[in-house]
Amino acid sequence: MIIDLPRFVAAERAYWDELHAMLKKLEAEPERRLPLDEIQRLHYLYERCSSDLSRLDTFATEPQLRAFLESLVSRAYSVIHETRAPAKIRWKSAILAFPRAFRRHLGAFRLAVGVTLLGCAFGWFALHMDPRNKAILMPFPGLQEPPSERVAHEESGAREDRLRGIKASFAAQLMTHNTQVTIMALALGVTFGAGTLILLFYNGVILGAVATDYIVGGQGVFLAGWLLPHGSIEIPAILLGGQAGFILAGALIGWGDRTPRVVRLRAVAADLVAIVSGAAVLLIWAGTVEAFVSQYHQPVIPYSLKIAFGLCELAALSFFLGWAGRE
Amino acid sequence: MSSGRATSLTIETPEGVEFSFDLASPVTRSLAWIVDLAAIGVLTKGVDKTGEWLGHLNQDWATAIAVILYFAISVGYGIVLEWRWHGQTLGKRVMGLRVVDAQGLRLQLSQVILRNLLRLVDMLPAVYLVGGVACFCSRNCQRLGDLAAGTIVARERSSYAPDLEQMAPAKYNSLLAWPHLAARLRSLVSPESVSIAVAAVSRRDGFEPLARIELFRELAEYFQSLVEFPEAAREGLTGEQYVRSVLRVIYGGGRG
Repeated sequence: MIIDLPRFVAAERAYWDELHAMLKKLEAEPERRLPLDEIQRLHYLYERCSSDLSRLDTFATEPQLRAFLESLVSRAYSVIHETRAPAKIRWKSAILAFPRAFRRHLGAFRLAVGVTLLGCAFGWFALHMDPRNKAILMPFPGLQEPPSERVAHEESGAREDRLRGIKASFAAQLMTHNTQVTIMALALGVTFGAGTLILLFYNGVILGAVATDYIVGGQGVFLAGWLLPHGSIEIPAILLGGQAGFILAGALIGWGDRTPRVVRLRAVAADLVAIVSGAAVLLIWAGTVEAFVSQYHQPVIPYSLKIAFGLCELAALSFFLGWAGRE
Repeated sequence: MSSGRATSLTIETPEGVEFSFDLASPVTRSLAWIVDLAAIGVLTKGVDKTGEWLGHLNQDWATAIAVILYFAISVGYGIVLEWRWHGQTLGKRVMGLRVVDAQGLRLQLSQVILRNLLRLVDMLPAVYLVGGVACFCSRNCQRLGDLAAGTIVARERSSYAPDLEQMAPAKYNSLLAWPHLAARLRSLVSPESVSIAVAAVSRRDGFEPLARIELFRELAEYFQSLVEFPEAAREGLTGEQYVRSVLRVIYGGGRG
């Protein structure tokens, strides 16, 4: 038991100050690798301060000193017991972390694709059963007119640039909106996946209904030429957001996994960030293509060229996600 | 609902030592958020001005840059500041709060990004309703973003050892002439009352003279109500001197 607190403080203060100075340096430069003698000294100081904190427990009436020592011990604990490497942004490994994380959780991606396809099937079925459902399934003014009329309208005015003077701002709005949807798909994973599921299903319904409307109306080529240049990147990016949402939900639910929830979440945190960051970068590209390429139709850009461009993008993305960074 | 909520999170190290984090209350966190909201407002105002200026060169690109900057600020504000300032935003700094790892380990960039991205859900349907309800319901006052990222928001603790000499100098202490009463005082006094006395002594120079006299008189009366020292021990001591003598008794040392 500590009888004389000032004497205790006077005897130990030098060690506390030394630990405080060491921690300050380490917190300022988390990537710094300590030489062995410094590691040993840090460990000694941590143990000494821990012991001081235990001794102070017998002196319940000194909250301020206890708070100070707790702060020192907790900071040292976080440095000594941390096994995850400090985050240093190395561009090559940051880029490769995205496809690697994608491949580690292929099941969640398949689920995202499955839910979207189910939504597409529902969209097709609803429109097939009653074409009047179009107004409910596709509540966007641009999609309300019959596909043949829209195609005729788009192609007749193809030579005049409808987006002149607003292309960049249109692209920026697409990028931010789609990124927000992708982040939402991830974030809704916290509802044990229910929110992500609804969002992907709803996206699928719209996609299925639009595709049905144009294909039934005999405008499949126009649709492919319009959608593929940006959609071949945008749709997978939103699916990746859904994948991240399902990974989060899986970690929260932890089927058949006996590790504590906090450990499961910790294990997937870096992968979630890698996938969503990758999807956000893809959406910057998709937004640019949608504003600068997709809105221009035949005869300005032949549909065959637009379709080929979209398929090339899809192939490149598939190759990147499937093979980049394989060890 | 909130009855099961803890006010601190205790972590036991493998060495068998316990340390704790004082959890920030939903009210303090809301105040920090208001400060952050104001800071974001100032930043977006700056974007408006930049947009206006760039608009003279090219309106389309100026709007595009402004749209992207608005989005980057709304998503990136928390991420950048919490990462650069080790778990603090401007609001948290003002309110003395810090985001820390729920297991006491080093806060990772992925945790910071995740808790800030999940803010989108916490903010639903408006004014952090989902996050606020989660905060009230969760044991460690965690919003959904904190639960997913494995973080908590804690009150910052002093990183400087208290200066005992300045608070209660080791001079002659008349109370120590009655060691059995001094020992009784040590056993009866609560950590809260000591912490109030320490705070009063540390900040005494900032008080109005009359308020200072009144505060120390009340504190002295409180300590006297716990253990009554003989008149001889209290003779000639002002309220402030009495409180400082009490602190010296509690901390130990001094001469009787």
